[in-house]
Amino acid sequence: MASHQLNPNIWVDQYADYLFNYAVTRVSDAEIAKDLVQETFFAGLKSAKNFKGDAAERTWLVAILKRKVIDHYRKINSKKGKAEVRMNYSSSSDSDGDWLEEQVADPFSTTNNSFLENEELGAAIQDCISKLPKKQSQVFVMKTIQGIDTEDICNELGINPSNLWVMIHRARTALMGCLNQNWF
Amino acid sequence: MISCEKAKLICNKAQYKEASFFEKIKLKMHLFICKACAGHSKKNGQLTELCSKANLHSLSEGDKELMKQKLYSDE
Repeated sequence: MASHQLNPNIWVDQYADYLFNYAVTRVSDAEIAKDLVQETFFAGLKSAKNFKGDAAERTWLVAILKRKVIDHYRKINSKKGKAEVRMNYSSSSDSDGDWLEEQVADPFSTTNNSFLENEELGAAIQDCISKLPKKQSQVFVMKTIQGIDTEDICNELGINPSNLWVMIHRARTALMGCLNQNWF
Repeated sequence: MISCEKAKLICNKAQYKEASFFEKIKLKMHLFICKACAGHSKKNGQLTELCSKANLHSLSEGDKELMKQKLYSDE
């Protein structure tokens, strides 16, 4: 049964982005999410001897991260009594309109309904990106997710623009194939 | 008329809003007659849409390096 093994040396390269995405959707603050991921790696390293090998490495790390997220909310909630609750309705007191009507959920908003689906989609895309060759995934992530300029990427990685577009094309084609299998 | 190779490049640039107006017209004309590229272009657009919908986040290489240093320094 114990077919899975831990390999902490590849953790950051392999799982940092996945875990970061997981955390950032739950705490909605990039700095906190980054700290939680780091703590997760520490905790994983510390309790590596307790790893039984039943689950895949990533699943195991996600389970740790889940506890870290819960701990984070416990910690900030312990200050609850001291917090001051403010409604910022009065900030635009000159606007006329029905107070109640403005407080109810927007029935046309699709963001709430699609939250779960988007999270799964994000995980699926992240999965596919991690299957790409290192160089391609690096270029794709920099260009698509971080939105860095073509010129800056070329300077940083020491490639020319046509190289970059070829890599982007290969990455995109591979991703399309991968998502076709895993998503649609 | 432009080649499929050229169309591919413009199509990818268009996903990042880096294709010029003239390039986009050339691409449209190509897609009109080349069904293979039209199919690819449609898929490519879908991929862009999915990526933006998923609201992906990632750590920069610098952040990862820092993480590695912290993680492996006390081993």
